[in-house]
Amino acid sequence: MSPLLSLIIIPLLSAVTCFLVPSRARFTAMLGTSLNFLLCVGLVVGYRPAGDGEFSFLMQWPVLPGLGIHFLLGVDGFSLVMLLLSGVVSLCAVWASPDPGKSPGLYFGNILLISAGVMGAFTSLDVFFFYAFHELALIPTFLLIGIWGSGDRQAVAWKATIYLAFGSFVLLLGLIGLFLAMPGDTPTFDMRQWIAVGRLGEINPPAWVYFALLFGFGTLVSLFPFHTWAPAAYASAPSPASMLHAGVLKKFGLYGLLRLVVPIFPGAMIEWANLLLVLIACNILYVGYVTMAQKRLDWMIGYSSVMHMGYLFLGFAGGIYNTLSLTGAGMLIFGHGLSVAALFALAGQLRAKTGTLEFSELGGLGRVMPMAGLLFGFATMASIGLPGFANFAGEVMVFFGAFAGGGEEFLNAFQVVTVAAVWGVVISAVYGLRAYRWVFFGEMPERWAGLKDCAPGALMPVVLLIVFSMIVGFYPQLLISLLTPSLLVP
Amino acid sequence: MNPILLETILVCVGFLLLLAEAFAGGVRKSVFGYGAMVGVFGVFVLTFWIDAAAMNSEAAYSVYYSADDLAVFFKRFVLLATFCVLLMAVEFAPVLQKYLPSSAGGAGLGEFYCLPLFACAGMMWLVSATDFIMIFVSLELVTVSFYVMVAYMRKNALSLEAGVKYLILGALSTGVLVYGIAWIFGILGTTNLVGISQAVAVLPPEKSVGVLFGLGLVLISLGFKVAAVPFQFWVPDVYQGAPTPVTAYLSVASKAVGFVVLMRVMDAFFVAPYYGDRLLSTVAFLAGMTMLLGNLAAIPQTNFKRLLAYSSVAHAGYLLMALASVASGGAGYAIAFYLVVYLIMTMLAFAVTIVVSKSLGGDNISDFNGLSKRNPWLALAMAIGVLSLAGLPFTAGFFGKFFVFVSALDAGLYWLVGIGAFSVACGFYYYLKVLRAMYWLPLSIGESENTRCSISLPLGALLVVLVVLTLALGVFPSPVFALMP
Repeated sequence: MSPLLSLIIIPLLSAVTCFLVPSRARFTAMLGTSLNFLLCVGLVVGYRPAGDGEFSFLMQWPVLPGLGIHFLLGVDGFSLVMLLLSGVVSLCAVWASPDPGKSPGLYFGNILLISAGVMGAFTSLDVFFFYAFHELALIPTFLLIGIWGSGDRQAVAWKATIYLAFGSFVLLLGLIGLFLAMPGDTPTFDMRQWIAVGRLGEINPPAWVYFALLFGFGTLVSLFPFHTWAPAAYASAPSPASMLHAGVLKKFGLYGLLRLVVPIFPGAMIEWANLLLVLIACNILYVGYVTMAQKRLDWMIGYSSVMHMGYLFLGFAGGIYNTLSLTGAGMLIFGHGLSVAALFALAGQLRAKTGTLEFSELGGLGRVMPMAGLLFGFATMASIGLPGFANFAGEVMVFFGAFAGGGEEFLNAFQVVTVAAVWGVVISAVYGLRAYRWVFFGEMPERWAGLKDCAPGALMPVVLLIVFSMIVGFYPQLLISLLTPSLLVP
Repeated sequence: MNPILLETILVCVGFLLLLAEAFAGGVRKSVFGYGAMVGVFGVFVLTFWIDAAAMNSEAAYSVYYSADDLAVFFKRFVLLATFCVLLMAVEFAPVLQKYLPSSAGGAGLGEFYCLPLFACAGMMWLVSATDFIMIFVSLELVTVSFYVMVAYMRKNALSLEAGVKYLILGALSTGVLVYGIAWIFGILGTTNLVGISQAVAVLPPEKSVGVLFGLGLVLISLGFKVAAVPFQFWVPDVYQGAPTPVTAYLSVASKAVGFVVLMRVMDAFFVAPYYGDRLLSTVAFLAGMTMLLGNLAAIPQTNFKRLLAYSSVAHAGYLLMALASVASGGAGYAIAFYLVVYLIMTMLAFAVTIVVSKSLGGDNISDFNGLSKRNPWLALAMAIGVLSLAGLPFTAGFFGKFFVFVSALDAGLYWLVGIGAFSVACGFYYYLKVLRAMYWLPLSIGESENTRCSISLPLGALLVVLVVLTLALGVFPSPVFALMP
């Protein structure tokens, strides 16, 4: 049995245990996610590349051999990076979770189901299960927002769920279209064969498949203009759900784009590059300015996570020309996942303490909550992309790669959009630092004078997230050596 | 053993139970329900011992009746559906009793357990029918049984209304069917499907229009049976008014059998491209309308049975989409698999509804409010049922939709697939309404959490089996394929 199977089974079993024994739910969830975290670290440490384009820890069960559907697990460097991210964020999401109050069994069970879904998606080498595992997280998110969310939670949960269900159904149609376009007589859903066929240029899928995949994956990653579900959902969801969703689950779409679309659609990506670049520019600049206008911390973090997806898409768009920008995108997925999870964890703690996240009502909290303030500073810096954090390493590689991508012509579309993206860093700094000042510095309203700093138990997960970000930020080679072999340009 | 014995045995069991019910006064009525279940299960077991070669190919019935793989598969399907329905009917008896003229000692309940047997026999004949006469006669047996069952709650205005609607529209559709058959017979000189496919292959073009007209009428009548738009007007009222087990029966078995007949009839005409092309484009058009209207109309519903009625229209749309892509091969499997899955998840939803309406007295969506607090297991079963209906991965419903959409894309029906994608998104909306009621919303005012929805042992066992099947087929569908034609 492959260790990858236990990555999926442990959270599933823990979820069932949570449903059955609600009184011990938090303990079970901590135990399950800790085990999984250790397993992920162990896998990364013990991983020896089997060669370019090869996968390790393989296991396979036939499910529907007639259609080429197998339960096929396996990882390479890129999936390991995603697994490490999933492991860290799952653990921290449970750890940093405020007390749910009602039905703790259902609450932690749903969080664990999301975790099982992402683990399954990133270990599956069969496209069918890759898709199916992602969908596993849809209903838990619906329940988590609808029951434990804040604000206009029911409307938000509807909107996000319908949006995501529609996006992923279009994605499914695209994947079926790709499946039907595969050459040869034996049908297969094996991702390795799809990639191999794509690299050899033996497949010529119709154009609608590219757009279905771009729309489907794009909606899941909140590509402009299909992003409107995201900020509201993240603002409303309980903090562990936002951490897992914005930090890991959303990255499923990018993982799919980098893994499947880049090798299979080089022609379509070049042909429609300008369209994608326009959307990316909107994603960074338009959403960036919208982020600046936010008046609540949770909405601001939500919008900022949409905006940062623009960099990732830029890495994807440039990926058709060079590996550097693909590797950068992979690195940035990791960095952004950590930083946004840290921010949502702290916002959740703040909400639990103060009951509000309006900038106008907060202020000067650094005096009463110095540790939380310090960590918030770190997380904000990481999110802006300051050197020393994984985000910086990723963004720099994306910028260099994308700038070089468009060829020799002076100020071609790629270069213009890259310049816009660099301006986006400035926008990030503006809203990030302003939020930091509004919440933790300046005048403190009287009523916050009695607040206590967060308990160490609530801050430890944030420390863990930031430490991981800094390790990779100071020594990016750790991840680059994992990412590059799996992300070679076709 | 000769396959034609199956239906004969079933009808005999039905008559025996009717007689016994009339003469055995003091016996509890549920005994007859369990007796009918034993009979149905026995016949189901017998289907594994039949041998099509035992049929006398010289005998007259062999032109009317075929025991091919398709027929046997759907005979088993219908028997299983009948079994579930009988189990639910026993469970539903207290509600039924309230609306019967005499409420003393279960008077009038016995026949309710026998009627499904006759309907079942009719449907088993129907899936074997290879002649329009046979199709017509067995269809009548099915619908007449249903007329009685739908209007069974005689003191309930909704049930009576449903019965009258079903009777009038059913009679109309029968008339249309006979008229269509008459046209086809008048021109081709035969009512046998094999004979028809030989005759249309050599028919001179100037005579084709008349056959096409007849075929169109037959299509309308079958569209009525499977609840395709625009012949779906009877569905919501009848589904809401009929006793819940009967609704489940109508929605699953009657629809599945309609599709089998549709497949057989279409098959006979496919030899001539003149009919094949027109049939396929008509079915594709019907599929588009059915998916759109079924899903859109389900959105505002507040009664759960009505919602399931529109959802059954919507599922007919997906099935029609698969039927429209039969040219690509593989679609036959998609239809058969979808119907199996549909049987499981629909029965699951109706079984939970019976428990809820029994303990709370209603079947509105608001009656499900806070069900997760009353009975978390019942809520979980319902959640799995509706999510499977919505087509979420790791439930059987997902594989059903998956195969349908694979065959439609394979056949190049892109516009239809587009409508389908929109419909699936609508589906998520209205199925999640049930989830919202059960998990988000508090109990209705004036009710306490202590009104437990208790489940009896047989129904609980049925629920467990259905839930396990829904999840197991969602991961591992190949066992069904092994049984398929």
